[in-house]
This record gives sequence, structure tokens and C-alpha cells, in this order.
Amino acid sequence: MKEPVKEAAAIRLEHGSGGALSRELVENAIFPLFRSDAFPELLDAGALEAGSDLLLTTDGYVVDPPFFPGADIGKLAVYGTCNDLSVSGARPVCLSLALVIEEGFPMEDLRRAMTSAAEAVQEAGAKVVTGDTKVVPRGKGGGLFITSTGVGRRTFGFPLSPRAIQAGDGVIVSGPVGAHGLTVLAARESLPVGGSLRSDAANLYPAVSSLFPLGPGLRFMRDATRGGVSAVLNEIVQGSRMGIIVEDDAIPVSDDVRTVCGLLGLSPLEIANEGVFVAVVAAGAEGQALAALHAQPLGRNARLVGRVSPDCPGRVLATTRVGGTRVVDFPRGLLLPRIC
Amino acid sequence: MSQESVLARQIVSEIAAVAARIGRPVRLMEVCGTHTVELRKQGIHSLLPPEVVLVSGPGCPVCVTPSGYIDNAMRLVSEGRAVVATFGDLMKVPGAAGRTLASLSGTGRVKMVYSPRELVEAARSSTLPVAFLAVGFETTVPTILSSLLDAREQGIRNLLLYTAFKTVPPALRFLLSDPSHGIDGFILPGHVSVIIGSDAYAFLEEDGGRPGVITGFDGMDMLVGVLALLRLIQAGERQVRNAYPRAVTREGNPRALELISRTLAPRSETWRGLGAIPGAALGLQDWLADADAQLVLGIPPAEDREAPGCLCSRVIAGVSLPPQCGLFGKRCTPDDPVGPCMVSSEGTCAAWFRYGANR
Amino acid sequence: MCLAVPMKIEEILDRRRAVVSEGGVKVEVDVSLLADPRPGDHVIVHAGYAIETLSLADAEERLELFRKLAELSGEPGGTG
Repeated sequence: MKEPVKEAAAIRLEHGSGGALSRELVENAIFPLFRSDAFPELLDAGALEAGSDLLLTTDGYVVDPPFFPGADIGKLAVYGTCNDLSVSGARPVCLSLALVIEEGFPMEDLRRAMTSAAEAVQEAGAKVVTGDTKVVPRGKGGGLFITSTGVGRRTFGFPLSPRAIQAGDGVIVSGPVGAHGLTVLAARESLPVGGSLRSDAANLYPAVSSLFPLGPGLRFMRDATRGGVSAVLNEIVQGSRMGIIVEDDAIPVSDDVRTVCGLLGLSPLEIANEGVFVAVVAAGAEGQALAALHAQPLGRNARLVGRVSPDCPGRVLATTRVGGTRVVDFPRGLLLPRIC
Repeated sequence: MSQESVLARQIVSEIAAVAARIGRPVRLMEVCGTHTVELRKQGIHSLLPPEVVLVSGPGCPVCVTPSGYIDNAMRLVSEGRAVVATFGDLMKVPGAAGRTLASLSGTGRVKMVYSPRELVEAARSSTLPVAFLAVGFETTVPTILSSLLDAREQGIRNLLLYTAFKTVPPALRFLLSDPSHGIDGFILPGHVSVIIGSDAYAFLEEDGGRPGVITGFDGMDMLVGVLALLRLIQAGERQVRNAYPRAVTREGNPRALELISRTLAPRSETWRGLGAIPGAALGLQDWLADADAQLVLGIPPAEDREAPGCLCSRVIAGVSLPPQCGLFGKRCTPDDPVGPCMVSSEGTCAAWFRYGANR
Repeated sequence: MCLAVPMKIEEILDRRRAVVSEGGVKVEVDVSLLADPRPGDHVIVHAGYAIETLSLADAEERLELFRKLAELSGEPGGTG
């Protein structure tokens, strides 16, 4: 375990990539100021007040470019926030949208993003009930930034927390990983590869709620956004007496994502998704969980990828194709293609 | 269990058996940065007996490029004198002041490319010179030169190369010239060898040489390569073997080699951490002087500054392991790297940090 | 420094360019470093260039070759 590194003097791009540095930023500079009985740990959503059935979540959307194959910033702003509620055991009820628009952003693009958001809200069975709009001078923004806050009503009556995991629990990934982040990267950098990929952005509530019948056998869920499945697995066990061991061959990845990752030197486990979540379920409940997911359109490719283990406290390990073991670390640094 | 898994297990047992017959610790140098990463990714370290130690060599082009090279590149961008194009690998390498090319993206004068092929269009559509950070070993060198010549054939003259090309065989000779080197054998780079051919390593069979096995990059390739190398060491045979015959031939890729000899010439440049290695770099020949960014844009020589306490030079030379550096994992991490071995994703320290020591 | 991926040539476009594919992904690459590229050839792709044609074996042959290289079938390993 390394000694604490002195805090950076200024925020860097890496602080936003969803990896180790992002987590350190929140844990060191932000969370301590707000931690309380109402906010004891970093979960995706928090109760409106003690004993309330209503959960609150919020997210900022800064994706560049704002439009890419399969989705756009408007769709993400709705599904991303709804998905945080879903994996917290709540059905999304309503959302707010706060827009920060850069001077010069085309009106047509704004309409397109908002229309997309409206369609997504309808599909999710929720409503936008309030919003805000600000404009910043040219050069002071990123085209269009959206902050979306959502409220959901608990429909799952058991606690969902990383602290609930137990040795032997199964770790499930709901679908093929890596498509969203690769699509955005290829679009942003106009890469000559990856043009046929599409973002997987989707409303996860139906797939997530198909696991609710597991009751207390459903320990924890999180959608695998920035930092990918690697980040989620590490977040689950960080500081814990438990660890996770996964099998490389069991991770669901579609052929095209696998090939593009090979060409760009990237790892599918570290790439953001917008339509995939990780679930930890009690040993013995894996079969029921997978059957439920496989009956869902978004869960058809769900796989049991590994188990919670007391043998590697606080760490995530992977068994490789040739039978070796490697450490699955928090992703570090920016997601950039490499040729070396 | 699949047949390949069964075979993998057999090879792992055989590795242990041969290592036991050798009866003393052995240090195998894996030369290529991609091997450094893939060995870790496939968990090969966890499958080797403790007396077989893998040491990373200087085959990480980012790691061995002097720190001043990035500073020079960033100055070109901030002074508005050129568009700097680069592979993704160099985007997050910090210069002396800690800033990266990635942080200059907002200027619109930093262009990341996946392939040198994109340089042709980048230069065509730019009013400024486009200076490509031409870093790489023999695998990459011909691809970059091919694009340069393609651009020139199309009348595009504003594509310049800021070269930092390095070659493997002279670097290996250099490592072996230090009597205290401690290397028992080389895991030779599969794709560099595709270009230069297995005959290029004949010097390893001479006095003062060491056995070497040309190795591919699958888990199975690497297990087979390690086993073949251990067998040579155990038999006392100073030979070069090709364990990647599906891609590597004795003579290499003649078209690529011809392109290199037509456009480049060996010269001596500074390898970060190792100093100047004679003839281990490649520079543009005189007839391409107008494509040489250093000449055209008046770029000063790249300074090589090692931070105090940084052990990269010894790590790159295969003499020290990352945990022996006082900065490793404390002051120096992948998020906040000090030296090149941590900066590059295929640097020894970065790979060690990310994937675990496994011992 | 050696990241490269095996892919199959689908179509030759001209002396420089070809379309290769793998896993449902089609990419245009430069094949001018190859002596005689043909559709159906398997090649290794590095940074948008095909740098060599692979002599590809099926799974059975691949295993056999690994066995030989590892000298597990009792025959001398390596091809020097």
C-alpha cells in the first residue's frame, strides 16, 4: 500500500477520467466536507431524508463530441442519471436539466440534443420537471454541458452496499463492455478505426429490476461508466477485507470492440459504458440472476465473470487465458490509443 | 479445459523443471515495451518460478526519448510555429514543467493520430508545417517513412519529421558491453524482428553474447519463448532461436529494410537514462533535409534531465528493479510520474505498478 | 513498441491500400510494405500498415507448432 502522495496543486484532465485520481479527488478534497449520517459513503444516490423512499442523484455530462453513433449528450444526460437511480434500487420518477451552453453552439444542435433527451425521458417512464439554462462566452465552455439531477422511488426493499458483499458472492457483468467509450474516442479523435461502433447508452431499469426478486441475495449494483468495469470492481473492494477474482475469458466483449481495442492498445475492462452494470449476488443465486437477465433485451449477454474472495483483500485479480494471474488496477491516466 | 490451457500448464511445469536444472537465479531481459505490458497482462510473471527474473530492457520508445524532446514539441505548439502531430503514446508524457501535449489540445495545434497515414491529410489541410513526433523502433520506422514519401509524391512539402528513431541491435550490443550486466538471455522483440529478420541478431552468438529467442505476444507465444530461452541457457548454448516463425523470417521484410536504407542513416543520439549509444539511432539522409523538423524549424538538441532520486537509467538498463527506487509508488506513480519508466504505459515501473509484482 | 494485430485482407484497392477485417471490423491499411498482397492473406497490422503476411495455421497446427517450439514432442525446437 503506497504512502499518501501530496495533493496536486491544480486539477488535471486525469482527475476526470473516472480512475484512481478521480476517486482520490473526491475522497480527499470533497467528501470529507459533506460526510454525515445521511451521507456515510459514496453511493450513486442518497435518500431525500432519513427513512424516505425517495432517492436523489446527480451527474454532470461533458461528453466531447456531443453527438456520436448510437447516442448523444441529451440521451446520456437522461439515461445516465436514471441508471444511477436504478442501480440504487429505485424507479426513476423525475429529472431536472441544467444546461450550460457556450456562445456559438448551433441552435440546431441544441434542439437535437433536447429532442433526444425528451425521447429518452419518455422511454424511461420519467418526467423532466424543472431546469435551467445559462450561456457562457465563446471559449469558456465545451459547447454544451448538462447537469442532470434525478429523483427515484425505492422499489427494492433491501440495502445495496459494497459492504454487504460476502466471500463466495458471484460478480456479474450485464452485457458486452467497451462500446460506448470507444465510440466516443473514435468520434472525438476522428480515428480511422472504430467508425462502425455504436454507444450502448440505454435505460437499465428493466434489466436492473429483473434482479430485485433476489431480495437480500442482491448485494450491490453499479453501472460501469467512466473507468469501466475495472473502476467499479475496485471501488467495491477498496478498503475491504474482501477482494474480487475474475476470469479474463469470462468478460463479455463483442468481437468488434475486442478488435478495435487490440488495434488501439486499450483494455475493454477500462472503457466507459452507458448500458452495462455490475451486480454482486449471493453464492447460489447466480443462476437465478443470470436467467432473469438473459430474459431481458439488455441482459442477453450477461455473464458471471468472477467471485468475491477473502484471498486478496482490497484488490481485484484476473486469471488470464494461459492460467496466470494479474492485478486489475483502477484505470490510470487518460484513455489514449497507443502503438507501442 | 481447452487443449491450449493444457499445453500452457505443461509448458509452465517444464519451465520450472528447466529452471531447477539450471540451479541458480537467471535474469531474462525482455527488450520490447510491448512485451513488458503483455507479459504482465497475461500474468506470465505469476507462472514463473522465483529464480527466473524478468528484467525490462530499453525497448520502450517513450521511455528512452529525452525529456527535452517533449519540451521542444510543446514549445513549437505554444509558439504557434507548427502543428505537432503525434501517436497517442506521447500525449501524456510530462515535460520538465509537468505539462503534457494533451493539455495543449485547446490550441488546435496538437493532432493525435493512430496511423502515420493520417499525416498526409493533416499536412495537406494545414497552413502551418506539421511536425510529426517520429518516435519508434524498427517496427514503426518504415510506416512513418512510407507516409512521408507518400506525402511528398503528392506534392505535400509541409510534413516534417522530428525524429527520435532508435534501433534494437546496437542497443543490445551496448548493454552487453558493460561487463557487470548480469543478463543471461534475451526475449527478443517479435515485431521489430518481423522487420529486421532473425539474422540481425547473429552477433549475440559471438563471444560476449547471450542466447536470444524471438518471441510473439500471445500468452502461449511468451510461455514458449521463455521456455526455449531457458533451455538454451541450461544447455550453455549461445544461440538465437525464432519462436515466432509464423511472422519472422531470417531476412526480415526486404521492402521495409530498403525503405529505411534509402531514407535514413545510423547516428548516435542520447537514450534517456543510458546516454549516447553509438549508431543506435536513425536520422534523415541529406536529400530529405527539407523534411527534417529539427533543421527546418531550428529545434535545439533535446536535453536529458533526470530528476533527483530517479532510478530510471538503471531500470532501463535492466540493472535495478522498480521497487529498488526510492520514489517508486510514493512520489512516483502513473498518475504523477517522475521518470520515463512510469510515464509510459509500457515502462517497466508503470507495468510493475499496475499489474503487480507478483513476487 | 510492437503493438500489432492479425487481420485478413478482404480487398486490394490499389498498390498501397487494402481493406482488412477481423471480428467484424473493416479497416483500410497500407500494404505497400508487403511483396505480393492478395485477398485472403492474413497479415499483421501495426499503426495502419500491414508489416508482414502471416503463415497462419488452424488451431490444430498452431498447437502442434507450440509443442514443437517448446520441445515437448521430443523433437528439436526452434527454426534458428
